Amino acid sequence: MLLNEFLLLAAALFCIGVYGVISRRNGVLVLMSIELILNSVNINLVAFSAMTGAVSGQVFALFVIAVAAAEVGVGLAIVLAIFRLYRSVDIDDVDLMKG
Amino acid sequence: MTVLLAAAANADAPVLVAQNVAFGIIAAIMVFSAIRVVTTSNVVHAAVYLVMVLAGAASQFILLGAEFVAITQVLVYIGAIVVLFLFGIMLTRAPMEGTEKLSRDNWLVAGATSVVLLALLVYSLIDGFGGDRLPADLAPTSTAAVSDSIFGSYLVPFEVLSVLLLVALIGAIVIARRD
Repeated sequence: MLLNEFLLLAAALFCIGVYGVISRRNGVLVLMSIELILNSVNINLVAFSAMTGAVSGQVFALFVIAVAAAEVGVGLAIVLAIFRLYRSVDIDDVDLMKG
Repeated sequence: MTVLLAAAANADAPVLVAQNVAFGIIAAIMVFSAIRVVTTSNVVHAAVYLVMVLAGAASQFILLGAEFVAITQVLVYIGAIVVLFLFGIMLTRAPMEGTEKLSRDNWLVAGATSVVLLALLVYSLIDGFGGDRLPADLAPTSTAAVSDSIFGSYLVPFEVLSVLLLVALIGAIVIARRD
């Protein structure tokens, strides 16, 4: 198998995730798009680990999974706090810092 | 793409047909589900499509011989993170019928951004890793090797990571608490 197969798949997932982050206005869906981006990075790390035979790539992929768990926990807590304050999770409504 | 095809044609290494077919099918499912995650108008459907992307990623990890990462992906992502998302959807009373708008009107800007980014990435990847092949005898990495690496050379980052998880969970409780 070519290394590029996996790298191109990861690039496609990354770009779809970027599209989601830009175009979604529901806070939960923005977090889901960020998960897509983190997953594409994991595919890259594991593909390079298989390419070079070093285990470090897989260890970093595990670290990324753990950090993603922490990120989702804090992110959903923030979305809940926004919901409690504004009665909606529309992140376009959160424009307190607009001049 | 022509570079890829040429590299595949004139290489004397054996072509792994089964692995390539499996990769293609799983990759197609993953890309389709990922597009549905960012375009569907039902939040719960988005979560279910996210499960399909994550399961596809787990199978790609198995294809790459990273079994421990694949199992962790299933346990942590599909088991914990997606359930957390469903809790978030439930607690924020997200629209289930697609009555409320979930996306902005700037899909053209977003689409242009991601297409340009994708073109840039595809060009540089094909230019950089054009014909690089994975080892043909890709043996599964043993969990012992992974754990040796975590508890050997990456012990300090691992401990920092566990403290980070603790801090993040306490912070989440503090932020989300009603007081």
